[in-house]
Amino acid sequence: MQRRGTTTKDIVYIALFAAFMAALGIFPPVMLPLIGVPVTAQSMGPMLAGAILGARRGALSILLFLALVAVGLPLLAAGRGGLGVFFGPTAGYLFGWVAAAFAVGALHEWGWNRLNVVTSFVFCALGGIVVLYAIGIPWTAVNVGLPLTKTAIASAAFIPGDVVKAGLAAIVAVSVKRSYPIIQRTA
Amino acid sequence: MRSRGEISSFLHELPAAAKLLVLAGAGTGLVLVGSLPVLAGAFLATLLLYWLAGISRRQAFQQLRPLLWLLVLLFIVQGVWQSWELGALVVLRISTLILLAAFVTLTTRTDALIAAVESALTPFRRFGVNPAKVGLAFSLALRFIPVIAQQANDIRDAQRARGLGANPVALALPLIVRTLRMASDVADAIDARSPYSDHSGDEGELPPRFVLQPNTSNARMSCNDAEPQLKT
Repeated sequence: MQRRGTTTKDIVYIALFAAFMAALGIFPPVMLPLIGVPVTAQSMGPMLAGAILGARRGALSILLFLALVAVGLPLLAAGRGGLGVFFGPTAGYLFGWVAAAFAVGALHEWGWNRLNVVTSFVFCALGGIVVLYAIGIPWTAVNVGLPLTKTAIASAAFIPGDVVKAGLAAIVAVSVKRSYPIIQRTA
Repeated sequence: MRSRGEISSFLHELPAAAKLLVLAGAGTGLVLVGSLPVLAGAFLATLLLYWLAGISRRQAFQQLRPLLWLLVLLFIVQGVWQSWELGALVVLRISTLILLAAFVTLTTRTDALIAAVESALTPFRRFGVNPAKVGLAFSLALRFIPVIAQQANDIRDAQRARGLGANPVALALPLIVRTLRMASDVADAIDARSPYSDHSGDEGELPPRFVLQPNTSNARMSCNDAEPQLKT
């Protein structure tokens, strides 16, 4: 978990952000009909983790959150949990969260000095939608045995919701940068 | 999470690591199997496991219930577009995998699974993974879930009192800032109280498990082997 020095502070940020992800799960999800992917406040978590903690800590905090789910805590929205959720048709999006948090974090670190709501929104959308779907859609297609294009079309229904989430995450990320910045500017 | 009453069976007593290994093997194997009778056999064998472990039929069904409509829909879509046999295959495979994974969860205690994860990480030491730090992160997250959930509720109540309704930004922003502040305090507390503080270098070892004392909001740490006290 540590490559060059994971400080105590890093660990605590990772752990407490994982707990924050869990807290987001208590808000009731909206279950979209047809394919069964729940739309939740929690799915804003990976964007926020990356945008606030940066690539490495953000991805690790999502990984820790998923590990807590895997050991059986019912932390996912709608009280789901346990190893079973990692085998379903939408499990690719859970794994995709880690990559999404990393991508969002890497982009925010890169553009940290001139971050504003617009750039932050673009970063959140690239990581939290493009990267996420790039993992989630093929997983669903393989798991369900449907052609990739049909799965992609069915998944497109979620993009409007995710765009809204990216906007909200950007507003939050920029405000947090102003009041409590965690990412250090990298030279 | 092992939600057990008095239930215990030899399956509950198996080491967590062994169960996880079998699950990983079965997970890979079932994806490769393309024969309906074999999958049906695997499904029945999984149900047999539930029966042997004394898990009620209701509880077993509950593992699948969130996905039930999705499974029905999948079966129909596959049947219409491809073939009914493929539909049955896909639905059986997903159900078996989910039941099997949920079985491991139902028959194994959370702390045993965390311990298994920690020991499974030991060989990765040479790649810079420190199992003790992973363990610390697990315990901290477990301890702080109820704290942060409580704060989320408090903030939501406060916003509602001011007529802010369901505004996700008004909720997330103060919650995140509070979480980060708390994290900073907790990190200082750990470093101040730990003789293993890693300011001295990366090789600093943490004791096997840190546990936060309940009812002190963010300061006191002690290192013993007890489980984190989750208020539920």
